[in-house]
Amino acid sequence: MSMPFYVSPEQLMKDRADFARKGIGRGRSVVAVQYADGVLFVSENPSQALHKISEIYDRIAFAAVGRYNEFENLRIAGVRLADMRGYAYDRRDVTGRGLANAYAQTLGTIFSSGGEKPYEVEVFVAEIGDEAADDQVYRLTYDGQVADEHGYAVMGGATEQVVAYLKERYAEGAPLQDAVRLAVAALGHSDSGDRVIPDEHLEVAVLDRTRTQPRKFKRIMPPRLAELLGERGPETPDQPSPDDDAVGGAPSAPATDDPADPTDQVSGGVPPLEDPTTGEPPVAPPADEPPPAQPPVAPPAPPHPGEPPIAP
Amino acid sequence: MSEGARLSAAYLTPGTSSFADFLADQAPDLLPARRAAVPQGSAADLAPHGTTIVAATYPGGVLMAGDRRATMGNIIAQRDIEKVFPADEYSAVGIAGSAGLAVEMVRLFQTELEHYEKIEGTTLSMDGKANRLAALIRSNLAMAMQGLAVVPLFAGFDLTTEAGRIFSYDVTGGRYEETAFHAVGSGSLFARGSLKKLYRDDLTEEECTIAVVQALYDAADDDSATGGPDLTRRIFPVVNVITADGGRRIPDDEVAALADRVIAGRMTRPDGPSAALT
Repeated sequence: MSMPFYVSPEQLMKDRADFARKGIGRGRSVVAVQYADGVLFVSENPSQALHKISEIYDRIAFAAVGRYNEFENLRIAGVRLADMRGYAYDRRDVTGRGLANAYAQTLGTIFSSGGEKPYEVEVFVAEIGDEAADDQVYRLTYDGQVADEHGYAVMGGATEQVVAYLKERYAEGAPLQDAVRLAVAALGHSDSGDRVIPDEHLEVAVLDRTRTQPRKFKRIMPPRLAELLGERGPETPDQPSPDDDAVGGAPSAPATDDPADPTDQVSGGVPPLEDPTTGEPPVAPPADEPPPAQPPVAPPAPPHPGEPPIAP
Repeated sequence: MSEGARLSAAYLTPGTSSFADFLADQAPDLLPARRAAVPQGSAADLAPHGTTIVAATYPGGVLMAGDRRATMGNIIAQRDIEKVFPADEYSAVGIAGSAGLAVEMVRLFQTELEHYEKIEGTTLSMDGKANRLAALIRSNLAMAMQGLAVVPLFAGFDLTTEAGRIFSYDVTGGRYEETAFHAVGSGSLFARGSLKKLYRDDLTEEECTIAVVQALYDAADDDSATGGPDLTRRIFPVVNVITADGGRRIPDDEVAALADRVIAGRMTRPDGPSAALT
């Protein structure tokens, strides 16, 4: 009789947390900084199309790191929730707190349910009020925890250096230009020295309460961004990490059949039903004889060439 | 939608970028067209009706203006109703017909455009917007048959062709692109006749604004359901202008100044400016 492996709940949660944290740690960081007129988001993101920072509603923005498909799912759910609430009640009734709560419940339930893979994401939900004192930045982690951040916040990989840099230099109520410069410099900061991130690799957006439109979210595009950042010296794009190319990278199967290893995917001399890494069925072995070049029986020629055949 | 609960699976399911479709799945009772059956017979007198909307293009933009009156039979239901709304940054929608339904439909249309823009990261094309509005109107046909018709006029600045465009609709959702100018509502015949004589395709923004204010004056002159400029209460038409820089409502005091000029002209010639005979 086989015994199921016993895994303590602590160990199970720890494993799931490690799994999620590892996924998040691979991503590049996102910085949120509160400034005089609202909240600024900056991320290093070479893609111009796949955004990490987006608009949810009039005064609410969303930023995320981790797995794109997972946080994109959360973003769309947030837009739907906000639009639904704004349509059913009123635009003023859509709040960042409500959205953060819905995200927290969703992430928490998924994390602790055994059936689903935990989301490898971390999310900022920011909302601006009429004054700087009313601005809110919520940070949500993969397990559904919510934290209320003040001043600045960082998520993603290698956050310690960025946080340390911001902690030293952050000033409340700074104008936009100072905030952008600080956030960009913080993202380029690491233990091995500071680098200048190229403008086109930066994704920058603000929730700006001075905008006259009801929708306060605005992306800062490269021409305006270059103006804000000024001359910064030679640029160094981030080196691609080895994980970047690991598209669908499944672990390679051990080559030997080890009866003591329960995760071993090689068994005896029987070929597996499918390739463990690609999932493709194995190629059929070649036949002993090559197939004949000509069909064994020639198709019957029409009785009278040039005339349509007549049915018997 | 209770706060604090986990997002239901429908929210997390990828698929539609249309808010109206999502609403039809999740909360169909919120759709303007999906309401409890109205008893047989005409329901036209139950709710206020909006009246005249005009739109006209000029080089570099498009204008839409509406009078401020809503009527219920012979009663003036509201003197300062607004019937021209921005649909998104580059388009506006004006409504004639059953006012309550129309306002609800405009709200859904605005949400629809914004929802698409946020989810897809790009705005719908001008034709795409016009078609979405047609779909919303079509779903209201049953109500229209009982007298609660909604007939919008849609205008916007097309960023690809860099020109203003106007679309009109019928109650079945038919969509027709108009050239130069158009009007809908009870006073639309008079407004269109007026614009026919006043409109030229080289008008400036201000001249075009005067032309639509003149057209609304003519509509109010001959149609009892259309409200003219209210001099004692200082209520003047709502005028939205849309250019390559986006849409804005012309401030009330500017419209008031133009309307005062129009009225001053009518003091000497009540039928308005005369057009050349040949």
